[in-house]
Amino acid sequence: MPRPARGSGGPFRESDTVIEVQQLTKRYGPFTAVDGVSFNVGKGQILGFLGPNGAGKTTTMRIRTGYMPPTEGRATVAGFDLQEQPVEAKRRIGYLPETPPLYPDMTVREYLRFVARIKGVPAREQADRVSQVMTRTHVADMANRHCGKLSKGYKQRVGLAQALIHNPDVLVLDEPTAGLDPKQIIETRDLIRSLGGDHTIVLSTHILPEVAQTCQRVVIINKGRVVAEDSPENLTARLQGAASVYIEVDAQGADATPVLSAIPGVTAVSVSAHHGPTTGFEVQSERDIDIRRQVAAAVVGAGYGLVELRPMRMSLEEIFLQLTTSDVPAEAAPTQEVAGE
Amino acid sequence: MSNALSIARRELHSYFASPIAYIMVGLFALLFGWMFYSFLSFFSEQSLRMSQFGMGGPQALNVNEMLIRPLLLQAGIIILIFIPTLTMRSFAEEKRSGTIELLLTSPLTDWEIVIGKFLGAFGLYATMLGLSALNLIWLFAYGDPEPIPIATGYLGLLLLGAGFIAIGLFLSNLTRNQIVAGLLTYAVLLMLLLVAWVGEGAGPIGRAVVSALSMFSHFEDFSKGVIDTTHLVYYLSVIAFGLFLTARSVDADRWRG
Repeated sequence: MPRPARGSGGPFRESDTVIEVQQLTKRYGPFTAVDGVSFNVGKGQILGFLGPNGAGKTTTMRIRTGYMPPTEGRATVAGFDLQEQPVEAKRRIGYLPETPPLYPDMTVREYLRFVARIKGVPAREQADRVSQVMTRTHVADMANRHCGKLSKGYKQRVGLAQALIHNPDVLVLDEPTAGLDPKQIIETRDLIRSLGGDHTIVLSTHILPEVAQTCQRVVIINKGRVVAEDSPENLTARLQGAASVYIEVDAQGADATPVLSAIPGVTAVSVSAHHGPTTGFEVQSERDIDIRRQVAAAVVGAGYGLVELRPMRMSLEEIFLQLTTSDVPAEAAPTQEVAGE
Repeated sequence: MSNALSIARRELHSYFASPIAYIMVGLFALLFGWMFYSFLSFFSEQSLRMSQFGMGGPQALNVNEMLIRPLLLQAGIIILIFIPTLTMRSFAEEKRSGTIELLLTSPLTDWEIVIGKFLGAFGLYATMLGLSALNLIWLFAYGDPEPIPIATGYLGLLLLGAGFIAIGLFLSNLTRNQIVAGLLTYAVLLMLLLVAWVGEGAGPIGRAVVSALSMFSHFEDFSKGVIDTTHLVYYLSVIAFGLFLTARSVDADRWRG
């Protein structure tokens, strides 16, 4: 593929940024679906695009693939502005929409041939490309089956094959694992991971483990705005203000709270559950201090029975909920710091 | 252009993958054949009667005037019934199933998509007409009709149908429901037919305006063997305008999302 000429206006660093989204806004009448969303994606990166339903994920995806124009702002792919040079930009994008865009009356092979033609794959390479992507997405055994007669999992994979057919720089995948069985989900994630590096991938999803497993970077949007942008690990670390431990103690009727509070480094102790004779506590400590050994020693030293002890880690789910639930102002503070970057 | 042809090929593929193409081509052949047969038997009865009364030979009646012209005029009305069925799914179905997203995110221009769809529907329509022309071979085998009015008549039918298709494509892009698209197209095309009949009683100026607008009044001269540039320009404008509206409405949909 020839090196693209520079897009008109705007600084574009050829070496690292493949997707550039600047101040994207989309309004439908008085309703603002996407509100000033900006982010960049570097070459070969896999970006997770997270958000609750209705947050503006699909709208942003559609603007980025040139399906619809933004009300304000701009999106470029490999330096080509989607508004000003749509054909050049679209040549470099493979897009799997939420529902795979299959023609039920065509066989998988016919369909992929058609897509290859309209995506501008040279005529003599079409047959080879079709075989390659069918092998890569594991649909070769269905090559002569009509698209309308495929199972959901196969439809999804043919959709992925379609997005890959012209070997695009950028892959935009809108919930690629929706409707797949667990085995297929693992295969698809492996496939997506293996595609990173060669392709720059934007993966929209609301399945959080998927992001943790496949993406190097996460953009979380809510109500049309970017609320956080970081790596999955950093997000977890940043938002975890304190470390906490969950323990269950059989104190034979006594209150174990003073014993726990006396441990050095502990900042707060709260009772979180009662199970018959045992009581569950949530023990918070200063950040970066592992208090598990001290907690265990203190409980045993006091003559209580230690039933359970485990570290409480904030999962991506909790972070996600924290970021996307607006009635948690205290937790929103680090959020803004992240988003402001 | 090759992009438009790819789209056209896919359109034809989907017509022939479903029963639509076979039913359309078959039904049209049947209807046309039946009309041809009834006109032919009427014609041969008349010429037989004429010769019985000693009014010239069996060729005293003009085959073109008496048979081919009314046949093609009626065919023009019949295609009005066929075209909406041909165009109704064109865009509506792509919108319903979401495949329009594939087309609009592919490196294609709106015009390539619209012209591709047009050529696909037109290809099937031309096949339909082409098969009907086989009937007329009998006339050449047993009679001596003038070929030119037949050729211009068919040209007229092609243009008329192309105009209908352009209108149908536009209406198909207004909805994601193909039944709605089909009914809308029927209504609009019927109006274009009825306008000519209403115009008959509209006084000299009204009649002139109406016949200038009516899709059918422009068709009549073609069946007489005359290619008038006015009519040619009229049909080409209708086609261009219909396709223009379609392309604009494809673009407008992007904004609406």
